[in-house]
Amino acid sequence: MSAAADTTPHAPLDRALLLVVPAAAFMLLLFVYPFLYGLALSFDPKQGNWLANYTFFFTTDNEWPTIWTTLKLALPATLINVGLALPIAYKMRVKTRYQRWVTTILVVPITLGTVLIAEGMLTYFGPKGWLSQFLQLVHLYDGPIRLTHNYWGVLISLIVSGFPFAFLLILSYITGIDPVLARAAATLGADPKAQFRHIYLPLLAPGLAMCLCLAFVQAFSVFPSAILLGSPAGPTRVISIAAYEAAFEQYDYSLASAIAMLMGLVQLVIVAAVLALRGVFYRGPVAGGKG
Amino acid sequence: MKIDQKAWFDRAWRGLLLGLMLLFVVNIGLMVAAVGTSSVARRWLGTWLPEGWTTTWYTAAWKEFQLDSVLWVTVEVVFAVVALSLLIGVPAAYTLARRNFIGKRALMLLFLLPLMVPAITYGIPLATVLYQVQLAGTIYGVILANLIPAAPFVILVMTPFIEQIDPNLESAARVFGAGTGRMFWHVLVPLLAPGILAASLLVLVRTIALFELTFLTAGPDSQTLVVALYYAVFAAGVRAPQSVDAMAMIYMAVTLVWLLIALRFVNPTQLVSRVKEHPQPVL
Repeated sequence: MSAAADTTPHAPLDRALLLVVPAAAFMLLLFVYPFLYGLALSFDPKQGNWLANYTFFFTTDNEWPTIWTTLKLALPATLINVGLALPIAYKMRVKTRYQRWVTTILVVPITLGTVLIAEGMLTYFGPKGWLSQFLQLVHLYDGPIRLTHNYWGVLISLIVSGFPFAFLLILSYITGIDPVLARAAATLGADPKAQFRHIYLPLLAPGLAMCLCLAFVQAFSVFPSAILLGSPAGPTRVISIAAYEAAFEQYDYSLASAIAMLMGLVQLVIVAAVLALRGVFYRGPVAGGKG
Repeated sequence: MKIDQKAWFDRAWRGLLLGLMLLFVVNIGLMVAAVGTSSVARRWLGTWLPEGWTTTWYTAAWKEFQLDSVLWVTVEVVFAVVALSLLIGVPAAYTLARRNFIGKRALMLLFLLPLMVPAITYGIPLATVLYQVQLAGTIYGVILANLIPAAPFVILVMTPFIEQIDPNLESAARVFGAGTGRMFWHVLVPLLAPGILAASLLVLVRTIALFELTFLTAGPDSQTLVVALYYAVFAAGVRAPQSVDAMAMIYMAVTLVWLLIALRFVNPTQLVSRVKEHPQPVL
Protein backbone atom coordinates (compact mmCIF):
# COMPACT_ATOMS: atom_id res chain seq x y z
CA MET A 1 0.00 0.00 0.00
CA SER A 2 2.80 2.39 0.86
CA ALA A 3 4.80 1.30 -2.17
CA ALA A 4 2.46 3.40 -4.27
CA ALA A 5 3.30 6.36 -2.06
CA ASP A 6 6.84 6.53 -3.37
CA THR A 7 5.60 8.62 -6.26
CA THR A 8 5.48 11.84 -4.19
CA PRO A 9 6.90 14.60 -6.39
CA HIS A 10 9.53 16.01 -3.97
CA ALA A 11 11.31 12.93 -2.70
CA PRO A 12 12.14 10.18 -5.17
CA LEU A 13 12.38 7.62 -2.37
CA ASP A 14 11.38 8.82 1.06
CA ARG A 15 12.82 6.34 3.52
CA ALA A 16 10.50 7.53 6.25
CA LEU A 17 7.68 5.84 4.38
CA LEU A 18 9.29 2.50 5.13
CA LEU A 19 8.49 3.07 8.80
CA VAL A 20 4.82 2.50 8.16
CA VAL A 21 5.40 -0.79 6.35
CA PRO A 22 5.62 -3.11 9.40
CA ALA A 23 2.40 -1.79 10.88
CA ALA A 24 0.59 -1.93 7.55
CA ALA A 25 1.88 -5.43 6.82
CA PHE A 26 0.88 -6.58 10.27
CA MET A 27 -2.66 -5.26 9.89
CA LEU A 28 -3.01 -6.76 6.41
CA LEU A 29 -1.81 -10.13 7.62
CA LEU A 30 -3.71 -10.37 10.89
CA PHE A 31 -6.76 -8.21 10.35
CA VAL A 32 -7.59 -7.93 6.66
CA TYR A 33 -6.57 -11.45 5.66
CA PRO A 34 -8.59 -13.25 8.38
CA PHE A 35 -11.49 -10.95 7.63
CA LEU A 36 -11.48 -11.80 3.93
CA TYR A 37 -10.87 -15.44 4.77
CA GLY A 38 -13.91 -15.38 7.05
CA LEU A 39 -15.97 -13.69 4.36
CA ALA A 40 -15.01 -16.35 1.83
CA LEU A 41 -15.56 -19.11 4.38
CA SER A 42 -19.06 -17.83 5.13
CA PHE A 43 -20.03 -18.47 1.49
CA ASP A 44 -18.63 -21.98 1.62
CA PRO A 45 -21.07 -23.79 3.93
CA LYS A 46 -20.79 -27.37 5.10
CA GLN A 47 -23.81 -28.28 3.01
CA GLY A 48 -26.19 -26.52 0.66
CA ASN A 49 -25.58 -23.74 -1.83
CA TRP A 50 -23.29 -20.73 -1.27
CA LEU A 51 -25.94 -18.76 0.61
CA ALA A 52 -26.95 -21.65 2.87
CA ASN A 53 -25.44 -20.10 6.03
CA TYR A 54 -27.29 -16.84 5.56
CA THR A 55 -30.59 -18.50 4.72
CA PHE A 56 -30.13 -20.70 7.77
CA PHE A 57 -29.51 -17.67 9.97
CA PHE A 58 -32.50 -15.72 8.73
CA THR A 59 -34.94 -18.63 8.81
CA THR A 60 -34.06 -20.16 12.18
CA ASP A 61 -36.14 -19.02 15.11
CA ASN A 62 -33.39 -18.61 17.66
CA GLU A 63 -30.83 -17.10 15.28
CA TRP A 64 -32.17 -14.05 13.45
CA PRO A 65 -33.87 -12.45 16.50
CA THR A 66 -30.41 -12.20 18.09
CA ILE A 67 -29.84 -9.11 15.95
CA TRP A 68 -32.80 -7.35 17.56
CA THR A 69 -31.87 -8.65 21.00
CA THR A 70 -28.42 -7.15 20.61
CA LEU A 71 -29.68 -3.86 19.20
CA LYS A 72 -32.26 -3.58 21.99
CA LEU A 73 -29.41 -3.76 24.48
CA ALA A 74 -26.73 -1.85 22.61
CA LEU A 75 -28.69 1.16 21.37
CA PRO A 76 -30.16 2.23 24.75
CA ALA A 77 -26.84 1.53 26.46
CA THR A 78 -24.97 3.69 23.94
CA LEU A 79 -27.46 6.54 24.13
CA ILE A 80 -27.53 6.48 27.93
CA ASN A 81 -23.73 6.38 28.18
CA VAL A 82 -23.11 9.19 25.73
CA GLY A 83 -26.13 11.16 26.93
CA LEU A 84 -24.90 11.06 30.52
CA ALA A 85 -21.25 11.53 29.67
CA LEU A 86 -21.81 14.65 27.56
CA PRO A 87 -23.28 16.98 30.24
CA ILE A 88 -20.96 15.67 32.95
CA ALA A 89 -17.89 16.06 30.76
CA TYR A 90 -19.13 19.53 29.78
CA LYS A 91 -19.25 20.51 33.45
CA MET A 92 -15.79 19.04 34.01
CA ARG A 93 -14.12 20.90 31.14
CA VAL A 94 -13.09 23.80 33.38
CA LYS A 95 -9.84 23.21 35.19
CA THR A 96 -10.60 23.26 38.89
CA ARG A 97 -9.16 21.66 41.97
CA TYR A 98 -11.67 18.83 41.70
CA GLN A 99 -11.35 18.15 37.98
CA ARG A 100 -8.58 15.64 38.30
CA TRP A 101 -10.13 13.86 41.28
CA VAL A 102 -13.60 13.59 39.80
CA THR A 103 -12.29 12.39 36.45
CA THR A 104 -10.11 9.81 38.17
CA ILE A 105 -13.01 8.48 40.22
CA LEU A 106 -15.27 8.31 37.18
CA VAL A 107 -12.61 6.63 35.04
CA VAL A 108 -11.50 3.96 37.52
CA PRO A 109 -14.44 1.59 36.68
CA ILE A 110 -12.73 1.03 33.30
CA THR A 111 -10.34 -1.28 35.11
CA LEU A 112 -13.10 -3.41 36.53
CA GLY A 113 -13.68 -5.20 33.26
CA THR A 114 -16.91 -6.88 32.27
CA VAL A 115 -16.24 -10.10 34.15
CA LEU A 116 -15.58 -8.41 37.47
CA ILE A 117 -18.63 -6.18 37.00
CA ALA A 118 -20.73 -9.27 36.39
CA GLU A 119 -19.44 -10.93 39.55
CA GLY A 120 -19.96 -7.75 41.57
CA MET A 121 -23.49 -7.27 40.29
CA LEU A 122 -24.39 -10.88 41.06
CA THR A 123 -23.32 -10.26 44.64
CA TYR A 124 -24.60 -6.72 45.11
CA PHE A 125 -27.85 -6.70 43.12
CA GLY A 126 -28.64 -10.33 43.86
CA PRO A 127 -31.81 -11.35 45.73
CA LYS A 128 -29.96 -11.27 49.06
CA GLY A 129 -27.51 -8.52 48.21
CA TRP A 130 -27.04 -5.21 49.97
CA LEU A 131 -29.31 -3.28 47.60
CA SER A 132 -32.26 -5.56 48.19
CA GLN A 133 -31.67 -5.51 51.95
CA PHE A 134 -31.44 -1.73 51.93
CA LEU A 135 -34.67 -1.31 49.97
CA GLN A 136 -36.46 -3.63 52.39
CA LEU A 137 -35.01 -1.78 55.37
CA VAL A 138 -36.38 1.59 54.28
CA HIS A 139 -39.59 -0.07 52.96
CA LEU A 140 -39.18 1.42 49.52
CA TYR A 141 -39.82 -1.84 47.82
CA ASP A 142 -40.48 -5.06 49.66
CA GLY A 143 -40.64 -7.57 46.86
CA PRO A 144 -37.58 -9.32 45.52
CA ILE A 145 -35.68 -7.12 43.08
CA ARG A 146 -34.81 -8.76 39.82
CA LEU A 147 -31.77 -7.05 38.35
CA THR A 148 -29.69 -10.11 37.53
CA HIS A 149 -30.17 -12.91 35.04
CA ASN A 150 -32.33 -10.77 32.80
CA TYR A 151 -32.29 -7.84 30.37
CA TRP A 152 -31.78 -5.19 33.06
CA GLY A 153 -28.71 -6.86 34.50
CA VAL A 154 -26.97 -6.81 31.14
CA LEU A 155 -28.06 -3.22 30.45
CA ILE A 156 -26.74 -2.02 33.83
CA SER A 157 -23.44 -3.78 33.30
CA LEU A 158 -23.12 -2.16 29.87
CA ILE A 159 -23.64 1.23 31.47
CA VAL A 160 -21.15 0.57 34.25
CA SER A 161 -18.45 -0.55 31.84
CA GLY A 162 -19.32 1.84 29.01
CA PHE A 163 -19.92 5.12 30.80
CA PRO A 164 -16.33 5.73 32.02
CA PHE A 165 -15.04 5.11 28.53
CA ALA A 166 -17.54 7.49 26.89
CA PHE A 167 -16.85 10.07 29.58
CA LEU A 168 -13.09 9.89 29.10
CA LEU A 169 -13.38 10.22 25.36
CA ILE A 170 -15.84 13.13 25.36
CA LEU A 171 -13.88 14.91 28.08
CA SER A 172 -10.72 14.80 26.04
CA TYR A 173 -12.55 16.10 22.98
CA ILE A 174 -14.22 18.92 24.95
CA THR A 175 -11.03 20.04 26.62
CA GLY A 176 -9.43 20.18 23.17
CA ILE A 177 -11.84 22.95 22.17
CA ASP A 178 -10.29 26.36 22.66
CA PRO A 179 -12.23 28.14 25.46
CA VAL A 180 -11.37 31.46 23.81
CA LEU A 181 -14.07 30.71 21.26
CA ALA A 182 -16.71 30.47 23.97
CA ARG A 183 -15.38 33.63 25.59
CA ALA A 184 -15.63 35.45 22.29
CA ALA A 185 -19.22 34.31 22.00
CA ALA A 186 -19.88 35.50 25.55
CA THR A 187 -18.63 39.00 24.75
CA LEU A 188 -21.13 39.03 21.91
CA GLY A 189 -23.88 38.27 24.40
CA ALA A 190 -24.28 34.50 24.18
CA ASP A 191 -25.54 32.91 27.41
CA PRO A 192 -24.13 29.50 28.46
CA LYS A 193 -26.90 27.66 26.66
CA ALA A 194 -26.24 29.50 23.42
CA GLN A 195 -22.50 28.95 23.86
CA PHE A 196 -23.08 25.23 24.11
CA ARG A 197 -25.52 25.13 21.23
CA HIS A 198 -23.58 27.29 18.78
CA ILE A 199 -19.92 26.89 19.79
CA TYR A 200 -19.31 23.61 21.57
CA LEU A 201 -21.82 21.34 19.89
CA PRO A 202 -20.74 22.00 16.29
CA LEU A 203 -17.04 21.72 17.21
CA LEU A 204 -17.75 18.59 19.20
CA ALA A 205 -19.76 16.88 16.46
CA PRO A 206 -16.86 14.88 14.95
CA GLY A 207 -15.67 13.76 18.37
CA LEU A 208 -19.19 12.96 19.47
CA ALA A 209 -19.74 10.87 16.35
CA MET A 210 -16.50 8.98 17.04
CA CYS A 211 -17.53 8.44 20.63
CA LEU A 212 -20.99 7.18 19.63
CA CYS A 213 -19.40 4.70 17.24
CA LEU A 214 -16.86 3.42 19.76
CA ALA A 215 -19.44 3.22 22.56
CA PHE A 216 -21.73 1.31 20.25
CA VAL A 217 -19.02 -1.18 19.26
CA GLN A 218 -18.37 -1.85 22.90
CA ALA A 219 -22.04 -2.42 23.69
CA PHE A 220 -22.77 -4.31 20.50
CA SER A 221 -20.10 -6.93 21.12
CA VAL A 222 -21.45 -7.63 24.62
CA PHE A 223 -20.49 -11.18 25.40
CA PRO A 224 -19.37 -12.16 28.91
CA SER A 225 -21.97 -10.10 30.74
CA ALA A 226 -24.77 -11.41 28.52
CA ILE A 227 -23.83 -14.92 29.60
CA LEU A 228 -23.03 -14.28 33.25
CA LEU A 229 -25.66 -11.65 34.04
CA GLY A 230 -28.35 -12.28 31.49
CA SER A 231 -30.30 -15.32 30.49
CA PRO A 232 -28.24 -16.51 27.53
CA ALA A 233 -30.87 -19.00 26.43
CA GLY A 234 -33.64 -16.42 26.14
CA PRO A 235 -33.99 -12.66 26.38
CA THR A 236 -30.28 -11.85 26.25
CA ARG A 237 -29.15 -14.34 23.65
CA VAL A 238 -27.11 -11.75 21.79
CA ILE A 239 -25.55 -12.22 18.39
CA SER A 240 -22.05 -12.80 19.74
CA ILE A 241 -23.36 -15.78 21.72
CA ALA A 242 -24.86 -17.18 18.54
CA ALA A 243 -21.52 -16.75 16.74
CA TYR A 244 -19.58 -18.29 19.61
CA GLU A 245 -21.89 -21.30 19.85
CA ALA A 246 -21.62 -21.92 16.12
CA ALA A 247 -17.83 -21.81 16.23
CA PHE A 248 -16.92 -23.55 19.47
CA GLU A 249 -19.89 -25.74 20.30
CA GLN A 250 -21.01 -26.90 16.85
CA TYR A 251 -17.53 -26.42 15.28
CA ASP A 252 -19.20 -24.94 12.21
CA TYR A 253 -16.65 -22.22 11.43
CA SER A 254 -18.41 -21.41 8.20
CA LEU A 255 -21.69 -20.55 9.93
CA ALA A 256 -19.79 -18.73 12.69
CA SER A 257 -18.01 -16.60 10.10
CA ALA A 258 -21.33 -15.80 8.45
CA ILE A 259 -22.74 -14.60 11.77
CA ALA A 260 -19.57 -12.62 12.46
CA MET A 261 -19.88 -10.95 9.06
CA LEU A 262 -23.51 -10.06 9.78
CA MET A 263 -22.35 -8.52 13.05
CA GLY A 264 -19.85 -6.42 11.17
CA LEU A 265 -22.52 -5.41 8.67
CA VAL A 266 -24.95 -4.20 11.36
CA GLN A 267 -22.07 -2.31 12.96
CA LEU A 268 -21.27 -0.62 9.64
CA VAL A 269 -24.92 0.39 9.17
CA ILE A 270 -24.91 2.05 12.58
CA VAL A 271 -21.60 3.82 11.90
CA ALA A 272 -22.99 5.10 8.60
CA ALA A 273 -26.12 6.35 10.38
CA VAL A 274 -24.01 8.17 12.99
CA LEU A 275 -21.87 9.79 10.31
CA ALA A 276 -24.98 10.91 8.43
CA LEU A 277 -26.33 12.37 11.66
CA ARG A 278 -23.05 14.17 12.20
CA GLY A 279 -23.52 15.94 8.90
CA VAL A 280 -26.62 17.59 10.35
CA PHE A 281 -24.56 19.38 13.02
CA TYR A 282 -21.26 19.80 11.27
CA ARG A 283 -20.54 21.31 7.89
CA GLY A 284 -17.08 21.84 6.58
CA PRO A 285 -13.79 21.64 8.44
CA VAL A 286 -13.27 23.65 11.58
CA ALA A 287 -9.69 24.67 12.13
CA GLY A 288 -10.13 26.07 15.63
CA GLY A 289 -10.97 22.73 17.17
CA LYS A 290 -8.44 20.19 18.26
CA GLY A 291 -4.76 21.01 18.18
CA MET B 1 -38.50 37.03 38.02
CA LYS B 2 -37.08 35.55 34.88
CA ILE B 3 -33.52 35.66 36.28
CA ASP B 4 -34.77 33.91 39.41
CA GLN B 5 -36.34 31.13 37.43
CA LYS B 6 -33.21 30.70 35.40
CA ALA B 7 -30.98 30.48 38.46
CA TRP B 8 -33.31 27.91 39.95
CA PHE B 9 -33.24 25.89 36.76
CA ASP B 10 -29.47 26.09 36.72
CA ARG B 11 -29.20 24.84 40.27
CA ALA B 12 -31.63 21.98 39.61
CA TRP B 13 -29.62 20.92 36.57
CA ARG B 14 -26.36 20.99 38.50
CA GLY B 15 -27.98 19.02 41.33
CA LEU B 16 -29.28 16.42 38.90
CA LEU B 17 -25.85 15.89 37.38
CA LEU B 18 -24.22 15.66 40.79
CA GLY B 19 -26.91 13.20 41.90
CA LEU B 20 -26.38 10.97 38.89
CA MET B 21 -22.64 11.00 39.42
CA LEU B 22 -23.05 10.12 43.08
CA LEU B 23 -25.52 7.34 42.26
CA PHE B 24 -23.05 5.87 39.79
CA VAL B 25 -20.01 6.12 42.04
CA VAL B 26 -21.76 4.98 45.24
CA ASN B 27 -23.31 1.93 43.61
CA ILE B 28 -20.07 0.87 41.98
CA GLY B 29 -18.22 1.41 45.24
CA LEU B 30 -20.73 -0.74 47.08
CA MET B 31 -20.57 -3.35 44.36
CA VAL B 32 -16.82 -3.66 44.74
CA ALA B 33 -17.16 -3.57 48.52
CA ALA B 34 -19.68 -6.42 48.34
CA VAL B 35 -17.22 -8.58 46.40
CA GLY B 36 -14.45 -7.60 48.80
CA THR B 37 -16.55 -8.41 51.86
CA SER B 38 -17.60 -11.71 50.41
CA SER B 39 -14.00 -12.66 49.67
CA VAL B 40 -13.06 -12.46 53.36
CA ALA B 41 -16.33 -13.89 54.69
CA ARG B 42 -16.54 -17.19 56.51
CA ARG B 43 -20.27 -17.60 55.84
CA TRP B 44 -22.51 -14.90 54.40
CA LEU B 45 -26.15 -15.66 53.77
CA GLY B 46 -28.67 -12.85 53.62
CA THR B 47 -27.35 -10.71 56.44
CA TRP B 48 -25.73 -7.28 56.36
CA LEU B 49 -22.31 -8.55 57.29
CA PRO B 50 -20.88 -12.04 57.34
CA GLU B 51 -20.70 -14.11 60.51
CA GLY B 52 -16.94 -14.38 60.59
CA TRP B 53 -13.84 -13.29 58.78
CA THR B 54 -11.11 -15.30 57.16
CA THR B 55 -8.39 -14.96 54.57
CA THR B 56 -8.29 -18.62 53.63
CA TRP B 57 -10.28 -17.95 50.42
CA TYR B 58 -7.33 -16.14 48.93
CA THR B 59 -4.96 -19.04 49.44
CA ALA B 60 -7.70 -21.41 48.28
CA ALA B 61 -8.30 -19.38 45.11
CA TRP B 62 -4.58 -19.12 44.50
CA LYS B 63 -4.22 -22.89 44.55
CA GLU B 64 -7.54 -23.79 42.96
CA PHE B 65 -7.18 -21.55 39.91
CA GLN B 66 -3.39 -21.94 39.65
CA LEU B 67 -3.06 -18.22 39.83
CA ASP B 68 0.73 -18.21 39.86
CA SER B 69 0.89 -19.64 36.35
CA VAL B 70 -2.09 -17.55 35.19
CA LEU B 71 -0.47 -14.36 36.49
CA TRP B 72 2.80 -15.28 34.84
CA VAL B 73 1.05 -15.82 31.49
CA THR B 74 -0.73 -12.49 31.94
CA VAL B 75 2.54 -10.68 32.59
CA GLU B 76 4.19 -12.29 29.58
CA VAL B 77 1.28 -11.51 27.25
CA VAL B 78 0.83 -7.94 28.46
CA PHE B 79 4.49 -6.95 28.26
CA ALA B 80 4.98 -8.62 24.89
CA VAL B 81 1.90 -6.80 23.55
CA VAL B 82 3.07 -3.44 24.92
CA ALA B 83 6.60 -3.82 23.54
CA LEU B 84 5.55 -5.08 20.11
CA SER B 85 2.75 -2.54 19.68
CA LEU B 86 5.19 0.28 20.45
CA LEU B 87 7.77 -1.20 18.12
CA ILE B 88 5.46 -1.25 15.12
CA GLY B 89 3.10 1.55 16.17
CA VAL B 90 5.45 4.45 16.94
CA PRO B 91 7.33 4.44 13.60
CA ALA B 92 4.04 4.22 11.73
CA ALA B 93 2.61 7.09 13.79
CA TYR B 94 5.71 9.13 12.95
CA THR B 95 5.22 8.71 9.22
CA LEU B 96 1.51 9.41 9.45
CA ALA B 97 2.16 12.57 11.46
CA ARG B 98 4.96 13.96 9.28
CA ARG B 99 4.40 12.87 5.71
CA ASN B 100 1.67 13.26 3.18
CA PHE B 101 1.47 10.52 0.65
CA ILE B 102 -0.92 8.81 -1.68
CA GLY B 103 -3.00 6.24 0.15
CA LYS B 104 -2.61 7.91 3.54
CA ARG B 105 -6.35 8.06 4.09
CA ALA B 106 -6.73 4.40 3.20
CA LEU B 107 -3.95 3.58 5.63
CA MET B 108 -5.61 5.60 8.40
CA LEU B 109 -8.82 3.70 7.72
CA LEU B 110 -6.92 0.42 7.96
CA PHE B 111 -5.66 1.44 11.40
CA LEU B 112 -9.03 2.74 12.55
CA LEU B 113 -11.12 -0.24 11.46
CA PRO B 114 -9.96 -2.72 14.12
CA LEU B 115 -11.17 -0.28 16.77
CA MET B 116 -14.51 0.25 15.04
CA VAL B 117 -15.41 -3.38 14.45
CA PRO B 118 -16.56 -5.61 17.32
CA ALA B 119 -13.74 -7.88 18.49
CA ILE B 120 -15.86 -10.99 17.98
CA THR B 121 -16.38 -10.12 14.30
CA TYR B 122 -12.72 -10.48 13.41
CA GLY B 123 -11.88 -12.64 16.40
CA ILE B 124 -13.74 -15.69 15.09
CA PRO B 125 -12.19 -15.69 11.58
CA LEU B 126 -8.83 -14.89 13.18
CA ALA B 127 -9.15 -17.81 15.58
CA THR B 128 -9.97 -20.05 12.61
CA VAL B 129 -6.86 -18.92 10.76
CA LEU B 130 -4.70 -19.24 13.88
CA TYR B 131 -5.96 -22.78 14.43
CA GLN B 132 -4.92 -23.65 10.89
CA VAL B 133 -1.37 -22.44 11.39
CA GLN B 134 -1.43 -24.05 14.85
CA LEU B 135 -0.84 -20.84 16.74
CA ALA B 136 -4.20 -20.76 18.50
CA GLY B 137 -4.08 -22.19 21.99
CA THR B 138 -0.50 -21.03 22.43
CA ILE B 139 0.73 -17.89 24.08
CA TYR B 140 1.99 -16.59 20.70
CA GLY B 141 -1.52 -16.73 19.27
CA VAL B 142 -2.83 -14.79 22.25
CA ILE B 143 -0.13 -12.13 21.83
CA LEU B 144 -0.80 -11.78 18.09
CA ALA B 145 -4.56 -11.48 18.66
CA ASN B 146 -4.11 -8.85 21.35
CA LEU B 147 -1.82 -6.83 19.10
CA ILE B 148 -4.62 -6.21 16.60
CA PRO B 149 -6.41 -3.58 18.67
CA ALA B 150 -3.23 -2.53 20.54
CA ALA B 151 -1.06 -1.45 17.60
CA PRO B 152 -3.72 0.83 16.02
CA PHE B 153 -4.41 2.25 19.47
CA VAL B 154 -0.73 3.22 19.84
CA ILE B 155 -0.82 4.80 16.38
CA LEU B 156 -3.95 6.82 17.20
CA VAL B 157 -2.58 8.06 20.52
CA MET B 158 0.93 8.79 19.24
CA THR B 159 0.10 10.60 16.00
CA PRO B 160 -1.15 13.82 17.68
CA PHE B 161 1.78 13.67 20.10
CA ILE B 162 4.27 13.58 17.25
CA GLU B 163 2.41 16.28 15.32
CA GLN B 164 2.99 18.80 18.08
CA ILE B 165 6.78 18.31 18.14
CA ASP B 166 8.56 21.00 16.15
CA PRO B 167 9.89 19.51 12.87
CA ASN B 168 12.73 22.06 12.99
CA LEU B 169 14.36 19.97 15.72
CA GLU B 170 14.64 17.10 13.27
CA SER B 171 15.97 19.37 10.55
CA ALA B 172 18.58 20.66 13.00
CA ALA B 173 19.66 17.11 13.80
CA ARG B 174 19.95 16.36 10.10
CA VAL B 175 22.02 19.51 9.50
CA PHE B 176 24.51 18.14 12.01
CA GLY B 177 24.69 14.93 10.07
CA ALA B 178 22.45 12.57 12.00
CA GLY B 179 20.88 9.79 9.98
CA THR B 180 17.26 8.73 10.39
CA GLY B 181 18.16 6.14 13.01
CA ARG B 182 20.26 8.47 15.16
CA MET B 183 17.75 11.28 14.81
CA PHE B 184 15.05 8.87 15.98
CA TRP B 185 16.94 7.69 19.06
CA HIS B 186 18.60 10.92 20.14
CA VAL B 187 15.95 13.52 19.25
CA LEU B 188 12.55 11.96 18.82
CA VAL B 189 12.47 9.22 21.42
CA PRO B 190 13.46 11.51 24.35
CA LEU B 191 10.90 14.09 23.24
CA LEU B 192 8.26 11.43 22.79
CA ALA B 193 8.96 9.71 26.11
CA PRO B 194 5.84 11.11 27.86
CA GLY B 195 3.65 10.10 24.94
CA ILE B 196 5.22 6.64 24.72
CA LEU B 197 4.76 6.16 28.44
CA ALA B 198 1.11 7.21 28.19
CA ALA B 199 0.42 4.96 25.23
CA SER B 200 2.15 1.95 26.76
CA LEU B 201 0.32 2.29 30.07
CA LEU B 202 -3.02 2.62 28.31
CA VAL B 203 -2.29 -0.41 26.13
CA LEU B 204 -1.26 -2.28 29.25
CA VAL B 205 -4.52 -1.52 31.07
CA ARG B 206 -6.57 -2.32 27.98
CA THR B 207 -4.77 -5.59 27.34
CA ILE B 208 -5.27 -6.81 30.91
CA ALA B 209 -9.00 -6.18 30.56
CA LEU B 210 -9.44 -7.34 26.96
CA PHE B 211 -11.58 -10.43 27.14
CA GLU B 212 -12.98 -11.51 23.79
CA LEU B 213 -9.83 -11.98 21.72
CA THR B 214 -7.95 -13.81 24.46
CA PHE B 215 -11.00 -15.94 25.14
CA LEU B 216 -11.26 -16.97 21.48
CA THR B 217 -7.58 -17.76 20.98
CA ALA B 218 -6.34 -19.03 24.36
CA GLY B 219 -5.78 -22.64 25.24
CA PRO B 220 -5.71 -24.10 28.73
CA ASP B 221 -2.06 -23.06 29.30
CA SER B 222 -2.34 -19.60 27.79
CA GLN B 223 -5.26 -18.08 29.70
CA THR B 224 -4.83 -14.59 31.00
CA LEU B 225 -6.30 -13.49 34.30
CA VAL B 226 -9.54 -12.13 32.85
CA VAL B 227 -10.30 -15.35 30.95
CA ALA B 228 -9.49 -17.48 33.99
CA LEU B 229 -11.85 -15.28 36.00
CA TYR B 230 -14.58 -15.77 33.40
CA TYR B 231 -14.27 -19.55 33.61
CA ALA B 232 -14.31 -19.32 37.40
CA VAL B 233 -17.55 -17.29 37.41
CA PHE B 234 -19.04 -19.36 34.59
CA ALA B 235 -18.55 -22.60 36.52
CA ALA B 236 -19.29 -20.98 39.86
CA GLY B 237 -21.86 -23.57 40.85
CA VAL B 238 -19.26 -26.12 41.84
CA ARG B 239 -17.11 -23.76 43.90
CA ALA B 240 -17.58 -21.64 46.97
CA PRO B 241 -18.58 -18.16 45.77
CA GLN B 242 -16.06 -16.65 48.16
CA SER B 243 -13.15 -18.18 46.34
CA VAL B 244 -14.39 -16.72 43.03
CA ASP B 245 -14.75 -13.37 44.78
CA ALA B 246 -11.21 -13.63 46.12
CA MET B 247 -9.98 -14.18 42.59
CA ALA B 248 -12.01 -11.19 41.38
CA MET B 249 -10.37 -9.04 44.03
CA ILE B 250 -6.91 -10.19 42.94
CA TYR B 251 -7.84 -9.29 39.37
CA MET B 252 -9.06 -5.87 40.41
CA ALA B 253 -5.95 -5.18 42.47
CA VAL B 254 -3.76 -5.99 39.47
CA THR B 255 -5.60 -3.68 37.09
CA LEU B 256 -6.16 -0.93 39.62
CA VAL B 257 -2.46 -0.64 40.47
CA TRP B 258 -1.61 -0.17 36.82
CA LEU B 259 -4.43 2.29 36.16
CA LEU B 260 -3.40 4.43 39.12
CA ILE B 261 0.19 4.41 37.86
CA ALA B 262 -1.11 5.36 34.43
CA LEU B 263 -3.22 8.21 35.80
CA ARG B 264 -0.20 9.43 37.72
CA PHE B 265 1.59 10.07 34.41
CA VAL B 266 -1.28 10.67 32.01
CA ASN B 267 -3.87 13.33 32.46
CA PRO B 268 -6.99 11.56 31.22
CA THR B 269 -8.11 14.72 29.45
CA GLN B 270 -5.09 14.59 27.18
CA LEU B 271 -5.86 11.23 25.71
CA VAL B 272 -7.23 12.29 22.35
CA SER B 273 -6.20 15.90 21.96
CA ARG B 274 -3.88 18.29 23.67
CA VAL B 275 -5.43 20.63 26.19
CA LYS B 276 -4.93 24.27 25.52
CA GLU B 277 -4.00 25.83 28.82
CA HIS B 278 -5.39 29.28 29.32
CA PRO B 279 -4.72 31.51 32.30
CA GLN B 280 -8.33 32.36 33.05
CA PRO B 281 -10.94 29.75 32.20
CA VAL B 282 -14.39 31.08 31.38
CA LEU B 283 -17.17 29.90 33.64
